[in-house]
Amino acid sequence: MLLHPAVIALLASSALITGLVLYASRIGITILIRWDLASGSEHQLELERKTYLVSTILANAFAFQLASLFLFVFTADRLHDQFIGAMCAAGTLYANPWGYPTLLLKIVTFALAGLWLILNWADTRAYDYPLVRAKYLLLLVLAPLLLAELVAQGNYLLRLEPNVITSCCGSLFSSDAGAVSSDITGLPIAPLRLAFFAILVAACASGLHFFLTRRGGYLVAALTGAAAVISLASVISFISLYIYELPTHHCPFDILQAEYGFVGYPMYATLAAATLAGLGVGALMPFRKIGSLRVLVPDTQRMLSLVATILFFLFSLVVTYRMATSGLVLG
Amino acid sequence: MIELVEVTKVFNRGRPNEFTAVDGVSLRVEPHRVTGLVGPSGSGKTTLASLIGCMARPTSGRILLDVNGSGSLSGLTFPGGEVTSLPERFLTEIRRRTFGFIFQQFHLVQGLTVLENVMLPAYPTGEPHAVLRTRALGLLEMFDMSRKAESKVEWLSGGETQRVAIARALINSPAVVIADEPTAHLDTKLAREFLDILGDLKSRGTTVIVASHDPLVVDSPIIDRIVRLRDGRVDDGAAD
Amino acid sequence: MRRWFNAQRHILELTLSALLRRRGKYLALVTVYTLVVFLLASVMFFTHALRREAATLLEGAPEIVVQRLVAGRHDLIPTAYADAIAEIRGVTSVRPALWGYYFDPIFGANYTLLVPEEFTHGPGNIAIGPGVAGASGSEVDYILPFWSSEGRLTSYTIAEILPAESELVAADLILMAAEDFRALFDIPEELATNLTVSVRNPRELPVIAAKITELLPDTRPIIRDEILRTYDSIFSWRSGLLMFILMTCVLAFIIFAWDKASGLSAEERREIGILKAIGWETSDVLQMKFWEGAVVSLSSFLIGVLAAYGHVFVGSSGLFEPVLKGWAVIYPEFRLVPFIDGYQVAVLFFLTVVPYTVSTIVPAWRAATVDPDAVMRG
Repeated sequence: MLLHPAVIALLASSALITGLVLYASRIGITILIRWDLASGSEHQLELERKTYLVSTILANAFAFQLASLFLFVFTADRLHDQFIGAMCAAGTLYANPWGYPTLLLKIVTFALAGLWLILNWADTRAYDYPLVRAKYLLLLVLAPLLLAELVAQGNYLLRLEPNVITSCCGSLFSSDAGAVSSDITGLPIAPLRLAFFAILVAACASGLHFFLTRRGGYLVAALTGAAAVISLASVISFISLYIYELPTHHCPFDILQAEYGFVGYPMYATLAAATLAGLGVGALMPFRKIGSLRVLVPDTQRMLSLVATILFFLFSLVVTYRMATSGLVLG
Repeated sequence: MIELVEVTKVFNRGRPNEFTAVDGVSLRVEPHRVTGLVGPSGSGKTTLASLIGCMARPTSGRILLDVNGSGSLSGLTFPGGEVTSLPERFLTEIRRRTFGFIFQQFHLVQGLTVLENVMLPAYPTGEPHAVLRTRALGLLEMFDMSRKAESKVEWLSGGETQRVAIARALINSPAVVIADEPTAHLDTKLAREFLDILGDLKSRGTTVIVASHDPLVVDSPIIDRIVRLRDGRVDDGAAD
Repeated sequence: MRRWFNAQRHILELTLSALLRRRGKYLALVTVYTLVVFLLASVMFFTHALRREAATLLEGAPEIVVQRLVAGRHDLIPTAYADAIAEIRGVTSVRPALWGYYFDPIFGANYTLLVPEEFTHGPGNIAIGPGVAGASGSEVDYILPFWSSEGRLTSYTIAEILPAESELVAADLILMAAEDFRALFDIPEELATNLTVSVRNPRELPVIAAKITELLPDTRPIIRDEILRTYDSIFSWRSGLLMFILMTCVLAFIIFAWDKASGLSAEERREIGILKAIGWETSDVLQMKFWEGAVVSLSSFLIGVLAAYGHVFVGSSGLFEPVLKGWAVIYPEFRLVPFIDGYQVAVLFFLTVVPYTVSTIVPAWRAATVDPDAVMRG
């Protein structure tokens, strides 16, 4: 096992945060069962007070999941020379089967926590807590996923055997490796490039459309989801090539490094925020018609769709700039 | 106008020390008038005052604030003006905008200056500092306390503390001022001064509610209407 | 948006004033917090810097070192082996290396004797490291006596004392000419301590190493990268082990922090009650608590990290000396090259600020949900 300080940091802090969220979901269950807004009883008042605790815990969990996602990737990167064949985080994550699932779960729990916060924001601005059920049901979905992530991360970090021969992004993402990652890189570039820009334009258009007409919320969410997936695939498939100026370097993690101008940060930041905002529009759709939310939700959605549009636009600007100024020319 | 319908407040429900502070009180508070809540200690005056001022939620019953019409009570939208089961967020915001409180013990924050204490209720509203400061200084001027604006409140005399407490209650330009046993720690002279200030507020259009059992207050000509309370219930109930 | 900023500014102002008013309580907290950060940061900076030094040093090392093993132990290697190795494709040079250890009975110290590629001072002279100079009280032109393996006394003149900056690697080092070395230890021309091999293409290292083993089965080729990896792993492991142990410190700290945060004095409770009564929402009070935590954390973290930096890079990790020195007579002053990067700071953050924040969430909430009603009741 690798007893690196970062490993301890990740395991300990993840355990603490997961513990807190599990505690919050216990409160959530009580709320789901006993909530009665009309009653002025002390029990109800206590429950209302507890909602503040839950939202504070989840706000912290959200910030933490984001930070730990980065720490996780960077640690994997720093450890890469312990594994033969690994040249960056991509290889280290592949060293045992728990690596990539952990990454995926971190991203999913981060997104779910973000969506919870969006729902909570709308809920606290209505005068009758209309989204209580929805919120705490979502919490009951989030908590086990967070636990799963803790287990996966633990398994990954504790079972890391240095000197295990793993693959580097060169072979992981090379076209003849026979895994999902290689299927992505095997995709022909020109059509994917077209699809990439097309979906971004579509997502921005739908966001703008919603902003102006307040219609098509589900469409915004769907296009946002598609844009996120296609963008990630595009990063691996061809965008990274432009940034590294190498036709074989597909790693999605190295773009966070200093030598590439830390371009990975604005790229992933805008993409993540835009995706959250766009999905948020969809998450709020089912609650549009509820009395106390009738004005609030469409307004919130409009703001979110505008944010999503602007951020997707910024994302495409960053990418296009790097592609245009790159020394590499791809067919 | 504020209306209470069959409002009850029970503390420690289900436990051996269960205690009903307010029991089925119905009353209407008229705007721009001074209403006195009168009764011996333990009659529920303070609890009733805190219920009217949206500081506590009733165990049962309904409380309604007039939203339409005068427009001087809260600018928020909620159906029918009923505030009974509003979430704390809303209750607090209504309270902040609509009500100003003067407590029996004044309850200024020790360690802060007079000016800071006066501005304190408005801090979370996000108004620019300069605006708040000007308004606070104006209020202190009104109560002849501007000289002491930067003094720590620990060094104030009883009368000065009282005036700062009143200034604080007015920082958010509330429509209603609620004073709980305001003369309990004051000598006759200061008590009369205080009542004069209340009269002054009334003439400016503020609704005033005073909870007290001090004869000086009860018999004062300032009071327009007396609501007598005994054991949490309205005694006689009607206007005096 | 602007309103939000104004509100935050006001709340922060109140938080700072509250912290200053309760100086005693917060000073205790910040002191302990800073100490914890200082401890962890010192360990991290120290091991990290050592690891980097090792890596930098090893950069100049030969790509492959070939040793001869007899019954699993390191033995002298015939220089004739070099010819066989030189024939392997990709090898640019093979050189014999001479080095060893010498125990000086007079000063009770162990020296490392090394023959460098070029020894300018010539036979009869030696260059000694600062630690040797210190232990023997010598200066340039002094004479140091050595006894050979047959008990014969030879003396060498100190031609140079290696610069203090090299102390980390050269403290106990003595450089000498090849003839003197061979004479002192009775090592004939045909033998050497090991062989160093330079290779043109680093990618071929494993292949060449494999060929060497094939050709000369009693040898063990050691690849520089393997050394690097092993060092790295040891340093990480050691620092991780220390961190693990120090986590007990962190645990004690978070219990302390939780206790401090939960222990609301009557005065504090009253203050929060007043705030709630005059119109502050629970979320506003929570904001205040957040700022409180942020101010405490940031100041402790900053001071702790700066102090650790000073301790490790300016004070040469003086506090660790008793632990690291052991029985060493010659102990270098650890003047390490200052190195600190965002990643280390991030790990420290996760090890200290995150547990602190977690431990104070529930107490902060409890404080923020004080009933304003209670204030009304006087």
